[in-house]
Amino acid sequence: MSVSAETVYIPSDDVVAREIEGEIIIVPLVAGIGGVDDELFTLNETGRAIWSKLDGHRTLADVVAEMAAEFAAEDDEIERDVVGLVTELIERRMLVAV
Amino acid sequence: MTAYVVRRTAGEHPLWQRHGLVFGSLDIELTERCNNDCMHCYICLPEHDEEARRREMSTAEVQALLTEAAALGALSVRLTGGEPLLRGDFEELYLFARRSGLKVTLFTNARGVTPQIAELLARVPPLRPVEVTVYGMSAATYERATRRRGSYDEFRRGVKLLQESGVPFVVKAALLPGMAGEVAEFEEWAATLPAMDGPPNYSMFFDLRGRRDSERRNETIRGLRLSPADGVRFLTRDRKRYVKQLREFCAKFTRPPGDELFSCGAGLGACVDAYGIVQPCMGLRAPETVVPLRNETGGEGGAGSVAAFDATRLRYALTEAFPRLREMRATNPEYLRRCARCFLKGLCEQCPAKSWAESGTLDTPVEYLCEVAHEQARDLGMLEPGEHGWEIEDWKGRVERI
Repeated sequence: MSVSAETVYIPSDDVVAREIEGEIIIVPLVAGIGGVDDELFTLNETGRAIWSKLDGHRTLADVVAEMAAEFAAEDDEIERDVVGLVTELIERRMLVAV
Repeated sequence: MTAYVVRRTAGEHPLWQRHGLVFGSLDIELTERCNNDCMHCYICLPEHDEEARRREMSTAEVQALLTEAAALGALSVRLTGGEPLLRGDFEELYLFARRSGLKVTLFTNARGVTPQIAELLARVPPLRPVEVTVYGMSAATYERATRRRGSYDEFRRGVKLLQESGVPFVVKAALLPGMAGEVAEFEEWAATLPAMDGPPNYSMFFDLRGRRDSERRNETIRGLRLSPADGVRFLTRDRKRYVKQLREFCAKFTRPPGDELFSCGAGLGACVDAYGIVQPCMGLRAPETVVPLRNETGGEGGAGSVAAFDATRLRYALTEAFPRLREMRATNPEYLRRCARCFLKGLCEQCPAKSWAESGTLDTPVEYLCEVAHEQARDLGMLEPGEHGWEIEDWKGRVERI
């Protein structure tokens, strides 16, 4: 799975993302995502910070740049996290390219 | 490799343990009407009761309620009734709930499952198994309970549609006359259903009418209740499993409750009835315990007099009204003499809701349930013949006897 720096991503219509008390909860909407009784998905701390920027307007490069400006971490580490999250979300059908 | 997305089991997530405001699940009775007329039912109204239909929450009101529940952090909603599939807007409400990020538990008799509904539940899964109540494994037994000709075939057709569409569902049964002879067949069938993770549940110690609306129906219900001895005989048919479960349960929950009235979970969650009234639990409809979401004006009643539906009062119910309610103490001398001092209270189903249905007060012992609990306790060796749970000083020692 390869993701592109110039691509804009947006949460898939196949899931519903809810923010509750600062937590992002991703609830499958259609069949084939998760699907096991009583399961839901949350994001780790890094995932939460990145998720809020995957809004259908920013390119992946924009997201990396904004994260680099906001967090004291090496650029390549931030890029690895952003690409890692986006790849996982796409594999889980929770994120799509615009 | 880092896992950015974490799979969680809903109840284990710290979010719902850490924060007082949010709650896990909301129950909504979409209608009290039902296409069955079960003899033992505590709630059902006739399918074509126009007055009841007119008073029911509108589509927009239920949607506002679902939105509020999601805003309060609810993860799931239970849609029940009556028969929820009787609502013409069921599909719309179901989709709205799922698009609000809520899992849905649907309680149904399956008679109203159409190819369209089965397809919807397959395409947009409820994420919780549908729960189907079964009244018999033959048309004669089933329709003796439901008092509706043709209901058995419709139930079978509905279940078949769920199966063919791959919709996970579980079954449970009401132990009515006739069903006892079909339990083996029922359990054999239940064991073949992929979503069943154990033997089916049964209702047998039937509740009286929740609205205290019909003494005639209450008489019928009393007549259908299993005797305590028969009930225990049924519960103990797999004795090893039963004893293991009860040993664990009693170690955790049996104790004399004192005058604390709400030692149950009522008011920690909420149930909204078909007319937009928030109850502390599915059974408790006593007027002094509920919070209406509708601001009724005028004296004529009905939908025309509904001035406003304020779903935010669900928050008020959960954060103010129900916590206050849970502070209530029992005052009935008979309750204080018996239930308050009875270590079987955790085992006994007596609670404010059942007390209200039986006697119209929140703190009256329910004799039938008391007898059932004592029968269970004697069977488990916690009590000798003639003893009462409220007379035992060393109750912990009695629990250890199991």
